[in-house]
Amino acid sequence: MANSTIAAGDTPIVTRRRKVVSRRRRRVQDALVAYSFIAPNFLGFAVFTLGPILFAFVLAFMHWDGSNAMTFAGLDNFWRLFEDKAFIAAFWNTIIYTVVSVPATLACALGLAILLNQKILGRDFFRTAMFFPYVASLVAVAVVWNMIFNPEMGPVNMLLYTLGLDPKDMPGWAADRHWAMVTVILFGVWKSMGYFMVIYLAGLQGINSELYEAADLDGANAWQKFLYVTVPQLGPTTFFVTVMLTIQSFKVFDQIYMITQGGPGTSTLVLVYHIYNEAFVSWDLGYSSMIALVLFFLVLGITVIQFRRQKED
Amino acid sequence: MRIAGQKLTGKLAAIYMTVILITIIMLLPFAWMLSASLKLSSEVFVFPIEWIPSNPQWQNYVDIWTKIPLALFIYNTSKLTIIVTLMQLFTSSFAAYAFAKLDFPYKNALFLGYIATIAMPWQVYMVPQFLLMREFGLNNTHLALICLQAFTAFGVFLMRQFYMSIPTELCEAARIDGMNEYQIWAKIMLPLSKPALSTLTIFTFVTTWNDFLGPMIYLTKTELKTIQIGLRMFISQYSAEYGLIMAASVVALIPVLIVFLSLQRFFVEGVASSGLKG
Repeated sequence: MANSTIAAGDTPIVTRRRKVVSRRRRRVQDALVAYSFIAPNFLGFAVFTLGPILFAFVLAFMHWDGSNAMTFAGLDNFWRLFEDKAFIAAFWNTIIYTVVSVPATLACALGLAILLNQKILGRDFFRTAMFFPYVASLVAVAVVWNMIFNPEMGPVNMLLYTLGLDPKDMPGWAADRHWAMVTVILFGVWKSMGYFMVIYLAGLQGINSELYEAADLDGANAWQKFLYVTVPQLGPTTFFVTVMLTIQSFKVFDQIYMITQGGPGTSTLVLVYHIYNEAFVSWDLGYSSMIALVLFFLVLGITVIQFRRQKED
Repeated sequence: MRIAGQKLTGKLAAIYMTVILITIIMLLPFAWMLSASLKLSSEVFVFPIEWIPSNPQWQNYVDIWTKIPLALFIYNTSKLTIIVTLMQLFTSSFAAYAFAKLDFPYKNALFLGYIATIAMPWQVYMVPQFLLMREFGLNNTHLALICLQAFTAFGVFLMRQFYMSIPTELCEAARIDGMNEYQIWAKIMLPLSKPALSTLTIFTFVTTWNDFLGPMIYLTKTELKTIQIGLRMFISQYSAEYGLIMAASVVALIPVLIVFLSLQRFFVEGVASSGLKG
């Protein structure tokens, strides 16, 4: 580290003491400089992120409506979860949304990536087109989605009608409790598959082309090459994409708020929606924090799996 | 196409057909939006779809500016996005420098604090955060949203990972040349970290611009609203005026389209590199 300069003519003892003092002062100074680098971010982070996180864990064991005095609730909020039909619906809907939309998005993203990894004309344009829904403002595209899937007048059902589907059997999309989840999932897949396609494209480019040449020599066809070279080679990418998609699905809210508002009934109510309702509609802040903890443990579970897997690699 | 010996062209044709078909499906909602934005509300749902309106209602694009303060919403969103992005870039790269290149007490403990929250969904603590902001009197201010988004663990982590890859000898050499740490950060680290900075810019820009739940919780006054929630308000007020709603949606998409097309390369690189880390 830094050497303190020794002035000529000093006696050895004084030098040593001065050295110790200056080294200590130097260390304090270095630390202060380092803290000054961290401070702008850390102060904001501590106040607006760390604080609220700790508060969330406390609040889950309290009763509070935001204006009257807070009272200790013990495990009341926890037991309430099991009696709250809306919570149970929200929990399962979140799981269903995740279980369906994660593999669907993954498959579409991989398919697109393989298609657009070919040397074709206008490849960049096609890639951009696929990616655009991801960056497009959600409200604007969700409102179009609602119009296109309008059960009475929307072009999708009009098309089904011209194709000869009986109006009685027509899906009611967002207004139909059996189809609402499908509508929301379709939207989610459409909006985010371009993003994961880009991640897969990066993964595909990382595959050593010699592997394909070797497979060619062994007389493998395209499907075999996909199954025995591409898929295993993309393993880490697929794992990463799965984790990201799963966490993203656990947190789904915006599109549901815009398309179905959790309905009809509770058919598309999800965890974050329930947190939002309990907090900002019912002002039951303690209970809403308890639901938030459920979300936290779901995400934590996925993160732990990811962490273990990374350690293995 | 299916003539023997021309198998390759057949395959290629199939690829083109598939790609074009998928692209059309992906872009169809946007085409429909554009087309509907030039129609009277009564014509929007006419089937079969008249993709190019015979009687385009350009008036829709004039009316929206007077019916909703769209310009104000765009201004609010731009203001928030620019401030948040700049603060994020500054504070993250500043803190990341200390974590990557300096030694100080409690360094690991502090960094662990950041790491531990990276995977924490914002939705878990959005309610306590709102209560805190309300306590500070920040409800219905843009400052609340800035505080909420400007200091992220993700930013610090991303920048730190990049700084770790820059050789420490470079900093040592600069120190010997008499530079202090602030100068090293400004004159050596920042210029070298352009790729990481642009990735962070893109991510912050898109998240802030498209944020929905944050502004919905914090901003209830019309004059403060961002484009997302402003548009939603307009939709619920004029729910039957399909043509106008579509025109407003098109306008709301234009800024994103411009930013996206001009910075596309960085977008794609940023996303791709985030995937490679896993």
